[in-house]
Amino acid sequence: MTMRLMDGSEAIVEAAIQAGLRFYAGYPMSPATELLEYMAEKLPHHEGVCINAATEIEGINMALGAAAGGFRAASGSCGQGLALMQEAIAEAALNETPIVIFNMARNQQDYFQATRGGGWGDYRTITLAPKDLHEAVEHAQLAFHLADKYRVPVIFMGDNLLARTQMGTTLPQLDLAPLPPKDWQLDGTSGGTGKSRQIWTFGCGKTNDPGPGPSKHWERIAAKFDAIAEVEARYEEGFTDDAETLVVAFGSGGKFVEHVVREMRADGHKVGYFRPVTLWPYPGEALERASQGCKRVLVFELNAGQMIDDVRLNVHDRKLVKAIGGVSFDESGLNLGPLMDATVIRERIELAIHGASK
Amino acid sequence: MRQVTRGTLVIDADRCKGCELCIVACPPRVLTMSRTGNATGYLYPELAPGCTGCTACQQVCPDFVFEVYKYHEPIVSGSDAERMQ
Amino acid sequence: MSIVMTTRPPEAPSNKVASFKPTLLQTEEHHLCPGCGEPVAIRLVLEVIEELGLAQKNVSIIGHGCYGSFIMTMDVDSTLCLHGRAPAVATGLKRMRPEVAVWTLQGDGDMTSEGLAEILHATARGENITCILLNNGVFGDTGGQMTASSVIGQRTKNTLEGRDAAYHGYPIVIGDMVAAMPGSAFVARGSVHNAASIAATRRLIRKGFQRQMEKKGLSLVEILTMCPTGWFVPASGGADYMMESLGKTYPLGEIKDIAATEQA
Ligand SMILES: Cc1ncc(C[n+]2csc(CCOP(=O)(O)OP(=O)(O)O)c2C)c(N)n1
Ligand code: SF4
Ligand code: SF4
Ligand code: SF4
Ligand SMILES: [Mg+2]
Repeated sequence: MTMRLMDGSEAIVEAAIQAGLRFYAGYPMSPATELLEYMAEKLPHHEGVCINAATEIEGINMALGAAAGGFRAASGSCGQGLALMQEAIAEAALNETPIVIFNMARNQQDYFQATRGGGWGDYRTITLAPKDLHEAVEHAQLAFHLADKYRVPVIFMGDNLLARTQMGTTLPQLDLAPLPPKDWQLDGTSGGTGKSRQIWTFGCGKTNDPGPGPSKHWERIAAKFDAIAEVEARYEEGFTDDAETLVVAFGSGGKFVEHVVREMRADGHKVGYFRPVTLWPYPGEALERASQGCKRVLVFELNAGQMIDDVRLNVHDRKLVKAIGGVSFDESGLNLGPLMDATVIRERIELAIHGASK
Repeated sequence: MRQVTRGTLVIDADRCKGCELCIVACPPRVLTMSRTGNATGYLYPELAPGCTGCTACQQVCPDFVFEVYKYHEPIVSGSDAERMQ
Repeated sequence: MSIVMTTRPPEAPSNKVASFKPTLLQTEEHHLCPGCGEPVAIRLVLEVIEELGLAQKNVSIIGHGCYGSFIMTMDVDSTLCLHGRAPAVATGLKRMRPEVAVWTLQGDGDMTSEGLAEILHATARGENITCILLNNGVFGDTGGQMTASSVIGQRTKNTLEGRDAAYHGYPIVIGDMVAAMPGSAFVARGSVHNAASIAATRRLIRKGFQRQMEKKGLSLVEILTMCPTGWFVPASGGADYMMESLGKTYPLGEIKDIAATEQA
């Protein structure tokens, strides 16, 4: 594809369709609305369907139906909309239906929602948090790949910056390994054969082909998430070898922090950055390594302190951990606030360093 | 009394749950409940001569207890000796 | 009175005219209560699917209720989805696989209480799906509590003195609501309280699937099913109780058939 200037939302939609997305159902909510609009415009040109759902609950359950039929399917919204989807996200995890949920978040306050979830049962959701649009285009593809590979729900966690910034892109395609055919999909052809298929959270199977039953089934699902945690944690780090101060941030925040840290390095400060690319699985071992020898670990996030829990869980000494972010919205309450600013971030890092050395 | 039997049943009595829906459903009233319980303790239907093979009992039974047959030639009076207990 | 031997098929020449179970059930066994109407309704649906040649061309989307356990025995591709959401799940699947007969199996609690939005919006969109509603006017699975379709005066575990309109509100007659919407193709109400009604209900289910395959819109086939356990009546009394209570609020018959309208 030739280079084109696109809205972030459009680029994400294009990348998802390129990755095989064929069904989307959503409900408008700023800043996720444009995603729905582009889906509605583009999917019908790719033998796909986009439905304007009556509620987020309806939307994600439609996506579950399309995914159960073997198609790449997604729903999307932001915080409150995702809150309404929690029961269905847990269900997708427990009945092993691969779907992608786009959270074009209003801020960074959905970290707990994404990584802890509000559904029931022993499940986790792989959560990809791109730092910019180039990574977002990659993650839009990776999300569907991981969902299908493990038969799990995957959350793509963006924000209003990603949704509404423009970029020039050729939509480069990721080279992802081929996946096995979906021999579990409900295509309706197995009825009366004695081997009809079933997608069911309780895993009991059928008379002719009994399943393990709920306890064993959920034990297997939990083990699957443990296995995912072993291999799918992704992160990015810089200047961690000799850093005295390590700054941890995710998503757009990670991009800002990376920029500030590079600037401060140029000025001679022994600062490093660490960015979890997957919020779950959290790259805990990598963070533990990166934080070795640091005098302080600063956590920058635009919320009252959510990811900081995971940082404390993983650094070698949790007393080193200090929050330098906070709740920060613009006046509308719908977008990232003034704290997401390189100058402000630098001030806060410097205050943490000098305040500590005084 | 001359009794015409056009059909008959296989009754999987041990699966019966004793709801008696078949008893009232049977137009010639040839089903009656047993006096002793089946394997699970439920009373179950027993067939007297005179079944027409209409399948009403099979239609209403929630537990899939009946299989229904129609004789090629109706059996008159008690001559279905082979099937009498 | 003499008793006929019924432990094995007759030896005199005969034809089998009815089997224990429909072909599309893997076993006759189930754990539903004595006198429950749901297994009968499910048998009818499975027989119709086979008659119409849809055995290898259908997917069932099952809600939460006693009927849900049939996911283990129905020999059709199936999923048991979240409570109330079957019409939404069916929508996603049907839009991607329009050639497949997609049907939901729901109770009154599932459809008219938890899932009212889903059935109404699926109807509004005119989805080509067939929704089977097993209406017993009660949450059977949870032990007999009031649903949106419990009738006035009905005693349940949380309407101990009977459903009182002033206190608990009025029942939702979902069939009438769906029939009033332009997206519905066929709406009818049957019952399994006697053999004649069962035969009539089979014809309604058949039309419900035919309209889907003709791409006419959403079909809703409501079937009144006995729940003696949830009504606190003896198993043998379920059929009469049902027609005395639910039968008065929910009259039987076709409510809407777009095919008939088109011919007229
Ligand atoms: C979200 C949710 N809420 C509640 C339940 C509990 N629940 C399971 S079955 C059921 C009742 C279903 O009633 P109905 O659909 O009428 O079916 P019936 O058992 O009467 O056949 C309820 C409330 C559930 N499974 N999920
Ligand atoms: S087949 Fe008809 S006549 Fe025979 S026992 Fe059953 S209901 Fe009665
Ligand atoms: S209808 Fe079926 S379950 Fe009920 S009593 Fe008759 S045989 Fe038994
Ligand atoms: S509780 Fe009611 S609906 Fe459930 S199995 Fe028993 S009789 Fe049937
Ligand atoms: Mg009910």
